[in-house]
Amino acid sequence: MTRMAATRDGYGQALLDLAGNPKVVVLEADLGKSTKSLHFRKAHPERTVSCGIGEQNMLLVGAGLASAGYIPFASTFAIFTERAFEQMRNGVARPNLPVHLCGSHGGTHTGTDGSSAQSIEDLAVFRTLPNVVVMHPCDDVSTRALTMQLPALGKPSYMRTARNKTPVLYDGREAEIQIGKGVVLEEGTDVAIIACGVLVSEALKAADQLKQEGVSACVVDMHTLKPLDGALIDRLVEQCGALVTAEDHNIIGGLGGAVAEHLVSNTFAPLERVGVPDRFGESGQADEMLELMQISAPHIAKAAQRALTRK
Amino acid sequence: MSTSIEEIEEIARKCRVEIVKMVYRAQAGHPGGSLSEIDLLAALYATRMRVRPDEPKWNDRDRFILSKGHASPGMYAILAEMGFISHEDLKSYRVLGGVCQGHVDMKWCPGVDFSAGSLGMGLSFGMGCALAARLDNSDRRSFVMIGDGEMQEGSVWEAAMAAAHHELGNLKVILDRNRIQNDDFCEEQMRMFDIPAKWKAFGWNVKEIDGHNMQEVMEGLDFLEAEENCNGPSILIAHTIKGGGISYMENNPSFHGAAPNEEQYNQAMIELGEVKA
Repeated sequence: MTRMAATRDGYGQALLDLAGNPKVVVLEADLGKSTKSLHFRKAHPERTVSCGIGEQNMLLVGAGLASAGYIPFASTFAIFTERAFEQMRNGVARPNLPVHLCGSHGGTHTGTDGSSAQSIEDLAVFRTLPNVVVMHPCDDVSTRALTMQLPALGKPSYMRTARNKTPVLYDGREAEIQIGKGVVLEEGTDVAIIACGVLVSEALKAADQLKQEGVSACVVDMHTLKPLDGALIDRLVEQCGALVTAEDHNIIGGLGGAVAEHLVSNTFAPLERVGVPDRFGESGQADEMLELMQISAPHIAKAAQRALTRK
Repeated sequence: MSTSIEEIEEIARKCRVEIVKMVYRAQAGHPGGSLSEIDLLAALYATRMRVRPDEPKWNDRDRFILSKGHASPGMYAILAEMGFISHEDLKSYRVLGGVCQGHVDMKWCPGVDFSAGSLGMGLSFGMGCALAARLDNSDRRSFVMIGDGEMQEGSVWEAAMAAAHHELGNLKVILDRNRIQNDDFCEEQMRMFDIPAKWKAFGWNVKEIDGHNMQEVMEGLDFLEAEENCNGPSILIAHTIKGGGISYMENNPSFHGAAPNEEQYNQAMIELGEVKA
């Protein structure tokens, strides 16, 4: 039986694991129970700063701490990080201060809270900021591994985590996770599916379906959207000649956008993008949302077939 | 603290000259808010700031955060007076590649602790610096200068609430209450009613002074540093005159963000005692 877990739990565990570094501090905006920074708070209250329900202040408190050599980890819901976008832009990214922002509950997969809580644009907006590394891992193991690498990064980052549980793919494979390097989870020769976050496991299901249809699909976990692993994309173009991206994010500006930007300036291959079709969500269960948005495994498989016809 | 009132006033006068020169040379910039803040900056830097101009990144330095970062000529002028940068550097104000960027920037100019330019951000950053000092068990302080128009930004009040909650006695704010913002007088743009009462209600220690009376400025800085006011954050509300020191700029909203022409420049140099009439 596949173990199920939420990426936000991997984030919470990583903060605890990082506590041995005395420079690590945690900033909360009244959602520590949800983003999972609460474990750090319980163990290290002296290094946890409650900013109340005030995300704009939180980001800049982090910047001030970082300017004095601390390594702040600030978290809230992905949607509320957007409220502090300009603070992230002018106060964190511009002076290149290593504040690590985590937006949990990203995407329509967030579910029944409805459209106000389902950020579908966070990856796009943070990807536009110079100096900022943008990540969206797919399981708790890789989330923990990526978070553990952040203190050595020396620059700011944004990481989206998800509220709900998804299959764990990296048990015992932590060593394969490296910021900026995509991971080939399944080799294939006809089409490459590049996915991130909760859609990585959907991409694997799609590859199974494609196999039944006689198509050999390669599946890549592109957990880092910026810097994008262009060398891997080049290899996939050569190997498969057709690409699909899959993300629980607006089809504009996220992983699909990033891969498209890379393709047009390098070796070209047909690309089909699976993503939220430029619309807001609504209340529903996580799996129902993936269906409603047409981003679940069958839709990824269909997109792969479309990409193949364009070869 | 051997610097006399007269000596601080002379530093401020020299800074005023540089402010006008910078803005005149660039034919752009913000003279009004630079002139209103400069007596406060002169007193703060000449008598209170624990800094090392030859070691600007010294970890235990006091931090100064100019949240109203458009008033950068004032800060550049005092940094030059203190020896962080040279007077020659002041000619780089708003010039490509210059240390004196349009808004003060920690990545460009020695002695600048915060990259400003967007109002409502400095107090939060200063709070972070104050928390870092507490974690470091350091007695360094964070001084933050904010503007009055800036208080219309909601994030200022997020920070005000949070700093009091965390009882940051090492956080000291100076409010440059010059009563004018970009488009007009503050009273016309957005009335702020009882400002001291607002800060008191948020849990801050509050004192009001005349920000151009050097004796009162020194008493105000004493208040910020006083042991009994280190139980939490403190704010010095300094009533100032936008464009203070240059007759035609005083209380004139047009000089929030505009440069003098040649005739006006010459008049300013006369008024500041640089040249004889």
